[in-house]
Amino acid sequence: MTHFDAATAAVEAALAAGARYADARVMHRRYESMSARNGEIEALVQDEDAGIGVRALVGSGWGFYAVPELSDIAARGAGTAAARIAAASGRVAGPDIDLVPMTPVTGSWSSACDVDPLSVSLSDKGDLLVNATTVMRDHGADQGEGIYQIWDTTKWFVSSEGHRIDQHIRESGGGIAALAIGNGETQRRSYPSYRGDYRTSGWETVTNLDLLAHAARVADEARALLSAPQCPAGTTTLIIGDEQLALQIHESVGHAIELDRILGWEAAFAGTSWLDLTKLGSLRYGSELMNITIDPTIPGALGSFGFDDEGTPAAARDAVRDGIWVGVLAGRDSAARAGLDYGGSMRADGWSRIPMVRMTNVGLRPGPHSLDEIIAATDDGIYVDMNRSWSIDDKRLNFQFGCEIGWEVKNGKLGRMIRNPTYTGIGPQFWASMDMLSSEVRPWGTPNCGKGQPGQVGHTGHPSAPARFQNVRVGVRA
Amino acid sequence: MSTDQLRVAEEVLDLLRAEGSGIEGAVCVDHKALALTRFANSYIHQNVADATTTVRLLVHVDGRTTAGSTTLTQAEGLRELVTRTVAASRAAPPDPGWPGLTPPLPLHGTGNLDGGTVGATPADRADRIRSFVDAAGGLETAGYCGTMHWSGAFANTAGQSGTGATTDASMDGIVRLRTESGIVDGTARLTATALSEVDGSVLGARAAAKARASVDPMELAPGRYEVVLEPCAVGDILQNLALYGFNGKVYGERRSFVVLGEPQFDPSITLVDDPLGPGDLGLPFDAEGTPTGRLVLVDAGRSASITYDRRTAAVAGNGAQSTGHSVPVDFNAGSFATSLRIATNGGAALSEVDGPVAESASAALVAKVERGILVTDFWYTRVLDPMQLAITGLTRNGVWLIEHGEVTRPLTNFRFTQAYPAALAPGAVLGIGAQPTPQPSGWGLARWGAPPLHLASWNFTGGASG
Repeated sequence: MTHFDAATAAVEAALAAGARYADARVMHRRYESMSARNGEIEALVQDEDAGIGVRALVGSGWGFYAVPELSDIAARGAGTAAARIAAASGRVAGPDIDLVPMTPVTGSWSSACDVDPLSVSLSDKGDLLVNATTVMRDHGADQGEGIYQIWDTTKWFVSSEGHRIDQHIRESGGGIAALAIGNGETQRRSYPSYRGDYRTSGWETVTNLDLLAHAARVADEARALLSAPQCPAGTTTLIIGDEQLALQIHESVGHAIELDRILGWEAAFAGTSWLDLTKLGSLRYGSELMNITIDPTIPGALGSFGFDDEGTPAAARDAVRDGIWVGVLAGRDSAARAGLDYGGSMRADGWSRIPMVRMTNVGLRPGPHSLDEIIAATDDGIYVDMNRSWSIDDKRLNFQFGCEIGWEVKNGKLGRMIRNPTYTGIGPQFWASMDMLSSEVRPWGTPNCGKGQPGQVGHTGHPSAPARFQNVRVGVRA
Repeated sequence: MSTDQLRVAEEVLDLLRAEGSGIEGAVCVDHKALALTRFANSYIHQNVADATTTVRLLVHVDGRTTAGSTTLTQAEGLRELVTRTVAASRAAPPDPGWPGLTPPLPLHGTGNLDGGTVGATPADRADRIRSFVDAAGGLETAGYCGTMHWSGAFANTAGQSGTGATTDASMDGIVRLRTESGIVDGTARLTATALSEVDGSVLGARAAAKARASVDPMELAPGRYEVVLEPCAVGDILQNLALYGFNGKVYGERRSFVVLGEPQFDPSITLVDDPLGPGDLGLPFDAEGTPTGRLVLVDAGRSASITYDRRTAAVAGNGAQSTGHSVPVDFNAGSFATSLRIATNGGAALSEVDGPVAESASAALVAKVERGILVTDFWYTRVLDPMQLAITGLTRNGVWLIEHGEVTRPLTNFRFTQAYPAALAPGAVLGIGAQPTPQPSGWGLARWGAPPLHLASWNFTGGASG
């Protein structure tokens, strides 16, 4: 039987067991990762998993069941189990669940891939990491680390409404980091990003990063940071590099506009949101330079796909337009509950997990400036980049970030390097203070977004560019 | 189930031997039946279950090493796993740090298993949620009730083998109260071996009491305050000490604050990891087949042990041996404790108390505070500086001012930036609760034995308004 047959059988079984709606995803995924440290391979991992996950709606209750088998009997068993679990949800029932209407889709989609990442020889991959970490060690890093990760995922989706979709998505990326150990503290420099940068693409992403060319620099900078002056404590003009601002967008915009959080569905764990649906379309989120899009159609960005995991075709929409909040990340059920007419952001991190509202590519449209112009226009401030730590409250308001590196900015020029830069603030006040934004947008990929119970790891993209913010508190430490 | 899993492990080893001589290999066959019922806005909105067997294979051949896994456990899937993992090993870069396989060693138990939890149904979980919701007295509720049956088998070409199984039942819920000035909430959380130990009505009432006592909170100026941390918050401390302090990988890379033999903690602090202890969570062997058991990490304030797997022990040298802490969660995360607890002196069993304090052990500590802050829970804690284990995070689910031994009024949440070891340093621990309340971990395969703590100082660096 084909994978579509298995998914169809699961849906049929769920309907026969009383479901009024059901969908099923068959997924097959290969994962490969290699890491190196100080010139030696630390780990090589090749994983494979496959199975079917079935979602059933009985009355107003959802049920989900997954098994790692793709036979007809296993698929039908999973469908029946999903409906039985959904029925049990009725013991603590809520309001009726509707799904935003949509025309059933038959389709197929693949991400672009120039070089199949699983076809590149392990020795070539190993040489890259060994060489890069050797250079870092030779340039004074106490720990020189390198990593790449590859996911190759194929999935087949069928719903009781008539969807029939298959997708093949390949994701690749990697990075290096140098750790310098001093007297009671450590300093780290990474390239291109903490944990690397990732795309829905092939091995060309890793090749284009040119990790080896940056190894010496990051090691030198990590060592230099140990003797750099501390980030001053106070309130100042803050220029944030595009890598750090990508995470700022992720934490203080992306999660805040997740509709399940806004509706309270994640209140106990991930948290809620400071956003009030009655103010959608009128609430000022930030300055007029702030334009945030939800766009899973960006070629090669990590949050791109052809269809989300409940079959909605990828489509771009605005989340913040000229500083005003205008859009959310939603699924068909949450959108219906909120009175909206679009879903499109339901994703699961595997066949054994239920789809939930997740970020796709959430990021900034380009601004009118360049980083050089921003620095030149700043008389007194600091410039920080590359995330080192992140923390934000359960309403996505109160944040504190640490960065790997910073520089003083005096009279329009970069000055001394500073260590341990941190900054803290409240989301809408912070975004309202953005007065310069670069046009140099890069779609950073974040492969480690945690959400849900049982936990799911999401892959998200964040177009971001350097920007300047006013009156930001910096230099918080223990 | 474990016997069948051991048969699969042996089958994989047979396939491995057929690939040629001189191949070393280790197989873990892990089965997890996980069921989790989530509720929000006082009704069940997500209800999920899966039963997945994962076969993990570690191969070392010609001085090269590869780890592979599959969930395809039929004959073809296992054959493919062995073939590709051996092929990858032969093509992989050399692994000069290969620590060798675990030799035959006796196991120290089988794991804590409850049959009732193995057979728990969606209705069983829903009924506990019903009790939690009802105990909240009409206030809004959210959370989950989950069960897990985890069984495993291990075998390697060096002759080590074994089986084990354990169960987990957890409930974690909040009660929310909408007021004119905003939403306040309270939480209650418990994990146990048996679902029968999880009482939704007790947890719901506890969370509701916290929510009701949180109305009209005051914003207190940031600064250093004496604190009583309830078990939820203490669970976060234990998790961070396990991951970033006593982790053999972190220690070996000189990123840890730990100095063995040094009195780094208050003499009242003894930290013990014991996955097979009464009520604890874990299998009798780790991911490399090393027996698990009781390990004292801090003995009366003195740092005593590091948690090692075979590779991190080999790197440490000086005769260091694996302590049974190979964790297959993330190959880069290192070797860390997953059943860490703060030893207590024992005493009367925990009982419910009126008001916002979690239970009798916390209440006894609050009574000794002249002026300080009661913290229910921490949220989104992240490491700023690994060598000091300086962490920033926020309070959540209930904060109150304590005056003259009484909880006097609710406070708005704080941001803190605090080095955890410094908060537990000699002289900094003013009291430890008589009994721990077991806390679930965020990733599900760990359990923290967390009594409340009375600490001399906690560094709150910001308030709700920034």
